[in-house]
Amino acid sequence: MRFLRCGREAVLVEVDDLPAALSLYAALRSAGLHGVVDLVPAARTVLIHLDPAVTSPAAVERATAGLPVGGADPAGAGTVEIPVRYDGPDLDDVAEHTGLTREAVVALHTGSAWTVAFAGFAPGFGYLTGGDPRLDVPRRDSPRTRIPAGSVGLAGRFSGVYPNDSPGGWQLIGSTTERMWDLDRPEPALLTPGVRVTFRAVQ
Amino acid sequence: MTVTVLRPGPLTVLKDRGRAGHAGQGVAPSGAVDRSARARANALVGNSPDAAVLECTLGGLRVRFDSPATAVLTGTDAVLSVGGDHAGVEEVVEVPAGAEVTVTMPRRGLRSYLAVRGGFAVPPVLGSRSTDRLTGIGPPRPAAGDVLPIGTAPPGGRGTGTASARGATPPAGEPWEVDIGPRDDWFTAVALETLLSAEFTVSPASDSVGLRLTGPALSRSRTAELPSEGVVRGAIQVPPDGQPIIFQSDHPVTGGYPVIAVLTPAAADLAAQARPGAKVRFAVAPG
Repeated sequence: MRFLRCGREAVLVEVDDLPAALSLYAALRSAGLHGVVDLVPAARTVLIHLDPAVTSPAAVERATAGLPVGGADPAGAGTVEIPVRYDGPDLDDVAEHTGLTREAVVALHTGSAWTVAFAGFAPGFGYLTGGDPRLDVPRRDSPRTRIPAGSVGLAGRFSGVYPNDSPGGWQLIGSTTERMWDLDRPEPALLTPGVRVTFRAVQ
Repeated sequence: MTVTVLRPGPLTVLKDRGRAGHAGQGVAPSGAVDRSARARANALVGNSPDAAVLECTLGGLRVRFDSPATAVLTGTDAVLSVGGDHAGVEEVVEVPAGAEVTVTMPRRGLRSYLAVRGGFAVPPVLGSRSTDRLTGIGPPRPAAGDVLPIGTAPPGGRGTGTASARGATPPAGEPWEVDIGPRDDWFTAVALETLLSAEFTVSPASDSVGLRLTGPALSRSRTAELPSEGVVRGAIQVPPDGQPIIFQSDHPVTGGYPVIAVLTPAAADLAAQARPGAKVRFAVAPG
């Protein structure tokens, strides 16, 4: 665990890898440290926002270093199954790029459980990791100006579902009617860090 | 008790303390761009620190009050004009029922904060009345014809706050204080020296998400790609072209480029008032 000061109101904690970051995030969430106002989990770090009127970066670092990390199961965040129509405009390009058939792309995308690594890009957009390494594809050379909500995409080793209409450069392989972001739910985002996700093909 | 928006000016939004606790869902804090000016406005009219105010960029706002109210304007040298009479800078004014109130164009600074005793009581979204310009979360941007409810005034007097000791707008040319890191080790020693000695210019492509600067390029010692990580208000992020971007209140939750230094909260408030073309220098903040 490496602590990097991030101004007066935050500490960036760097760990070895994504599972360690998710584990630290889970531990920090349940610890509810005094003066900590928000947490930003990412690929290899957790950013701790603090209220400098209540605590200090040094105190937060000491408390964090003492947390039991690694024991907690970050998958306690829950599981979600997402039905997908695999008819995306980039499915052929993805098949060509990976040297797989369209059917094989679908089989690999639905064949393993993904984990929400972190949220970003837009509210409710979860970066999903843990898929089959053969699905590693580059972003599109030219991003689309408008991608409809519910589009399921691939980029690098990540998969993700666009929560709202937005521009974007991911390779689109399908779509879902499941709502990724709904302000009428107590927790508007369906995909939050640590949640396990499986995709199911539907017609 | 309500306020009717007659003309919103170039850009007026609702802002409060922000939206903490939702970063895991990809929702950033947002909140006022100039935090201290917003806090001062609420203190001057005796509001709770959580009350929502109108953040008005480059003046131009015109509203009508349906009932008598207590109001103040902070942040710039723009003034409140009540039925044609100009109030002093950061002067608390009593507004008669039916009066039209305008915010003049500031000569210095960018963002003025209009607080009304009782606060703007629009419905909060995820616990905050701040409009996040990046994601669109929060109350919609007020438009002509919109009616904004005013909350119940808290008990007690008019306010304990005092107008800014340094005047409504800070002196130009003062360096912005930073704390080095968290990714200073991704930059050359020359880049750090340049950051702390060179003059940068605020680009017109700046907004409440990011203040873009032009100047000598800050070169990196590590060219590997940084995995995205959480960022804060005031973070100075440096993309591959070496031209720094300072995150302001509506910044995204994560960033993909290394952060060489972070503005102190006071310096981030100075940045909130910097107009395009302004010259900027940085200095290391004491301890």
